[in-house]
Amino acid sequence: MKREIWKGSEAIAEAAIRAGCRGFFGYPITPQNEIPEYMSLKMPESGGVFVQAESELAAINMVYGAAASGMRAMTSSSSPGISLKQEGISYMVGAELPGVIVNVMRGGPGLGSIQPGQSDYHQATRGGGNGDYRMVVLAPANLQEAVDVMADAFDIADQYRNPVMVLADGLIGQMMEPIVWKEHTPRVLPEKTWAADGRRGRAHNNFITSLLLEADACEKRNIGLKAKFDEMEKNECRWEEVNTEDAEVILVAYGTPARIALSAAEQLRAQGIKAGVLRPITVWPFPHARLRELAEGSCRGFLAVEMSQGQMVDDVRMAVGEKKPVGFYGRCGGVVPTVSEVRLAAEEFFKEVQ
Amino acid sequence: MKKREIILSGFGGQGVMSIGKNLAEAGVVEGLEVSWVPSYGPEMRGGTANCTVILSEHRIGAPLVEQTTEIVVMNRPSLIKFEPTLEPGGIAFINSSIVPDKVTRDDIRAVYVPCDAIAAELGNLKVGNMVMLGAYIGATEALKVETIEEMIHEMFTGKKAKLVPLNLEALHRGIACAKEQMA
Repeated sequence: MKREIWKGSEAIAEAAIRAGCRGFFGYPITPQNEIPEYMSLKMPESGGVFVQAESELAAINMVYGAAASGMRAMTSSSSPGISLKQEGISYMVGAELPGVIVNVMRGGPGLGSIQPGQSDYHQATRGGGNGDYRMVVLAPANLQEAVDVMADAFDIADQYRNPVMVLADGLIGQMMEPIVWKEHTPRVLPEKTWAADGRRGRAHNNFITSLLLEADACEKRNIGLKAKFDEMEKNECRWEEVNTEDAEVILVAYGTPARIALSAAEQLRAQGIKAGVLRPITVWPFPHARLRELAEGSCRGFLAVEMSQGQMVDDVRMAVGEKKPVGFYGRCGGVVPTVSEVRLAAEEFFKEVQ
Repeated sequence: MKKREIILSGFGGQGVMSIGKNLAEAGVVEGLEVSWVPSYGPEMRGGTANCTVILSEHRIGAPLVEQTTEIVVMNRPSLIKFEPTLEPGGIAFINSSIVPDKVTRDDIRAVYVPCDAIAAELGNLKVGNMVMLGAYIGATEALKVETIEEMIHEMFTGKKAKLVPLNLEALHRGIACAKEQMA
């Protein structure tokens, strides 16, 4: 198959259209403006709808509305804009609506910087909106994976009737890499008999809401949601491992830092330190079970590497427990760690744990 | 093939982003792993922009580099900023029409390419970056000349097809300029 060179944000947008997304609603923010820019041109050509909304709040609620009508819909933004969408995401979970939210993360908190960041991990994996909710969060580390997970994201959203987040960082959004447009085999998905798309001869109106004033009814909805979250946790967890079998130290990283960790691990091996990399592809569900298994093996410790002050490391600690030491190295605010920084941090960590 | 880790830098509008893109695209044609990362940030209009290109036979980890195998320098600030990143034996490609300085290190090589002067001779200032691309290919032989030639044919089609001979000439002037200095 032909390899084509694409820019991250544009590839993500094209992948969404190919996945059958026919509604894009967004509001501009760096470093992901090429997503709406591409959508503004290509979505109408594909018979879909592009709206530059008046705000992020409007955009996520337009996704809610489009999804309620049965359409595959998405929005994209970057960190501060994603914060504004949290209410809508919580409502979509409550109303059991599918949809895809792309966060091309930049430095925070607040308006922060426009360079790559990963400080929205807690928000993405723990829920920045109210209520007991979960969503699958896919975190690509290269452009091939970014386009592949977009197709999956819409399938996962439809399968569970739940929003799905694609969590990228500014570097993934801005860089160019070759990709192959693979034939995506769609999942067997349930009919959207619940969609509010007109009466269509039904005896009842389909009514979509997250408001359940009776506590019992609301609890029942929550129990139903929990059953779906359990299914997602069971079925959707993904990760990649490189040289973990004999590793003395395992670097754990997702997105751009995972690539840096891979380069650092190669250099460490050349120096005689057996290093491996575990790269979560879904950060929720997180590969806790696999990390626990590795912690029971011969490795001496785990070093989490992030573009934040330490958020994913909480999940690593949760998985590893007291079995092995867990270290952390991170840069933040839009600073991308260098390979040698990560290698030195791993050397220091290895000295402590060997 | 030796892994290439290249930083290309110059004023906005000088075509450094597109030279980098051409290198990455040619790499894809030749079946290599490639990555292209632009500098982005609160850039000033007319200020210095750069991009990082990696060409490799193996999976690319970190897409940003600390040490370069080559740098392509289109303005003075870029030489000051990126000369220190070159590995020993690395090559600095310098647009000598704009940059009057020589490299200061003696453990690196330099190829001085009067991109704008050659482009002016050819009658179109826009082909200065094609001259530089030619120089890079000529000195490093990292990619095949034919690959770039084919790319030029694909880049300029329809009404623009008349620009093909001009760009091919610019490419070959760049190659010749570099070969002369590397000999």
